Amino acid sequence: MPREEAESADAALLERLRTGDSDAFAEIVRAWSPMMLQAARAYVSTDASAQEVVQEAWLAMIRGLDRFEGRSSLRTWILAILGNIGRSRGVREARTVPWSSLGPADDAAPAVDPDRFRGPDDQWPRHWTPLGKPRAWPRSPEEETLAAEDRRELEDGLAELPEQQRMVVALRDVHGLTSDEVCSFLDLSAGNQRVLLHRGRSRLRGLLEMHYAAEAEVMGT
Amino acid sequence: MNDEQRTPGLTIDCQEIVELVTDYLEGVLDTDMAAEVEAHLQLCDGCDIYIEQMRATIRSLGTVPVETLSETAQSELSRAFRDLRGPAAAP
Repeated sequence: MPREEAESADAALLERLRTGDSDAFAEIVRAWSPMMLQAARAYVSTDASAQEVVQEAWLAMIRGLDRFEGRSSLRTWILAILGNIGRSRGVREARTVPWSSLGPADDAAPAVDPDRFRGPDDQWPRHWTPLGKPRAWPRSPEEETLAAEDRRELEDGLAELPEQQRMVVALRDVHGLTSDEVCSFLDLSAGNQRVLLHRGRSRLRGLLEMHYAAEAEVMGT
Repeated sequence: MNDEQRTPGLTIDCQEIVELVTDYLEGVLDTDMAAEVEAHLQLCDGCDIYIEQMRATIRSLGTVPVETLSETAQSELSRAFRDLRGPAAAP
C-alpha cells in the first residue's frame, strides 16, 4: 500500500477504535496477535508468558487510545507497547538475548558451500561449477496442495535457526513486518537486521534445495 | 583490468551474488551495483535460478501456519474493549 493510503487507512481505523467500534478492535486483534506472539518471544521464553504479554499489550493499547498521537502507525505503536511490557517481563524472567548483536561468529556460514564455485585458477574463478550450479526446483514450496511436506521442511528449518536469525526471518517473512519495524522493535541497526535476515533466508533456501535434491534422487531423476 | 572483467554482469562473480542477494531484494544496493547484479542475472542461469529460489523461500515463509491468541483471550479482550471504550463507557 502506498504510504498516503496506508496513513489514511490507519487514521480511519484509529477513528473507529476511538469511537468504540468493537468489530474494528476484534479485527486487529485477529490480524496482529500472531505477529505479536512471535515478537513477544524476543523477551519471554514460554508460550504462556507470550500470551500474557500480548494480552497485556492489547489492554494497554485500549487504555492509551486517547493519548496516541498518530506519529507512528498503529502497528508500530502496539509493537512499542509490546516491547515495553515484554522487556520488563523478560527482566523478571531473567531472560536476556543480545538482540542488537549478530550472535556467535559460527552462525556466519557462507550462504552457499564454497566448493560449489570454481577455484582461483579457473578461467571463471568464483563462478558456479557445472555440478555446483543450482537446479530449478520441481515446484514452489508455497503451493499448498502439493507441498505440505516441503512446508514442513521449512517449518523445521525455521525452528532450528539460531535464535536471532529465526526472530528476524519470522517477523519479516512469516509475519510481514517491515525492516524499520523489526529494527526499532529489536533495537537492531538496519545493517545487522539484513545480515541476520540474509543468514536465515540463505540457510532455509539451502535446506529446501537439499530436500528437493533428495527427492529427485528417490525418483531417479 | 582486462576486457572480460569490464563486461556488464561480470564485474561480480556468482560467489558474491549469493551474498548480495538479500541486499538486492531489500533494495539497498546503490544503482550501479543493482544494475550490475541484474546484468549478471541476465547472463547467468545458475544465479538466476538461485535468486528465484530465494524468492520462493520468502514467499513460502509467508504461508507457514502461525499461532494466535486463544479464543478465551480474544473474547476477554473484546469484552474489555467494550467495557472501556464502548458507547456506554464514553465519558
